[in-house]
Amino acid sequence: MTKARLATTWLDGCSGCHMSLLDIDEALVAVAPLIDLVYGPLVDAQEFPQDVDVAIVEGAVSNQDDLEKIRLIRRNSHILVALGDCAVTGNVPAMRNPIAVKTILERVYVEGADTGKGIPTEVVPALLKQALPLHDVVKVDLHLPGCPPSARLILFVIKELLEGRVPDLKSSARFG
Amino acid sequence: MPSQITVRIDGVLCTATEGQTIFEVAEANGKVIPSLCHMEGVSPAGSCRLCLVEVAGVDRLLPACTTPAQRGMAVTTTSDRLVRHRRLALELMFVERNHVCAVCVSNGHCELQALAMSLGVTYVRYPYNSPRLPVDVSHPRFVLDHNRCILCSRCVRVCDEIEGAHVWDIGGRGIGSRVVAELDQPWGDSQACTSCGKCVQVCPTGALVEKGYGVEEMTRSNSAVARLAMKKGAAS
Ligand code: SF4
Ligand code: SF4
Ligand code: FES
Repeated sequence: MTKARLATTWLDGCSGCHMSLLDIDEALVAVAPLIDLVYGPLVDAQEFPQDVDVAIVEGAVSNQDDLEKIRLIRRNSHILVALGDCAVTGNVPAMRNPIAVKTILERVYVEGADTGKGIPTEVVPALLKQALPLHDVVKVDLHLPGCPPSARLILFVIKELLEGRVPDLKSSARFG
Repeated sequence: MPSQITVRIDGVLCTATEGQTIFEVAEANGKVIPSLCHMEGVSPAGSCRLCLVEVAGVDRLLPACTTPAQRGMAVTTTSDRLVRHRRLALELMFVERNHVCAVCVSNGHCELQALAMSLGVTYVRYPYNSPRLPVDVSHPRFVLDHNRCILCSRCVRVCDEIEGAHVWDIGGRGIGSRVVAELDQPWGDSQACTSCGKCVQVCPTGALVEKGYGVEEMTRSNSAVARLAMKKGAAS
């Protein structure tokens, strides 16, 4: 049997969903032989690879860099899973959405700074007007809400996808 | 005395008293119709549209909480079409204001969140409105967070019909509608508010909360207010 090529990453998130993923603990051992982890915070690959079967993405799309990443991930992946509330709704990163980007940047980098006042123009990617859920930018195949989704639920989703089924999350997954 | 009638709910013959709503008859016969604005013991509002049902011979969907049951009516309380409409109503509530369950005092105890889960709403198909809304902290004990309000008007009705203070109303129009204290003043300045907390107890979301609670900590006792309402109903 060929292994499923799995990739995971986070955009504007806190890595909490990945913590929950790791919380699957020993059950990961049972799943491990079925998957080839081709990209993610735990593997060395620098570039998001081609021909990924399942990409699991945490975090909202908040800046230019996130936007380019999610478009590449979508192009290179068969199934895209939005993992957690930030990817699904925008959640905490989107709490800035009612406020203009300029106002936020000035508050943080000018009013809030003791030294080196000034909005950065290099290194830090430019913020988008609003932090967006993944599906506002690319097609998402499955939404797994939760902040974070439980390890049990993540495992269920991975197992179902590996079996070629679309997991039914009705009455089991919720926002928050 | 009001006469007894029979109606069919999901194919089952049910006896009802004339004047009862479809919602009441369904409930008395063990059928759960999703609802948000409905509250036992106060007058119905028909504002949330979660309780929509199909009535044979009627083209449009009718809210069960405001539609009187009529002799011979045949009601369907669940179907693909109804689920579609109920989900839509919920999704529109989520996009209208700012619901951030992860950092909400009502996380885990919220009727809106629970309904989304039971109806299988795992994401919202429409762009979020992300309005900039105020939080009124002027009351010594309570908070009104407009970001979480779904305009169900339960607070308006309990305050008026049970406490008899009528502090709350819904002011403005359309998307600009807001719950307002008296003539749109800070809650803390209200002369009529008795600080009884009934509105806080019946709010289905994290919009009306007690001060001093953190994320997930705000639990409520909706049924205690409903009991009071029943007593009041029996006395009058
Ligand atoms: S009121 Fe309910 S749905 Fe809204 S943010 Fe709070 S928990 Fe979530
Ligand atoms: S404050 Fe709460 S009870 Fe009042 S209308 Fe808004 S959601 Fe309903
Ligand atoms: S419960 Fe009937 S419209 Fe809200």
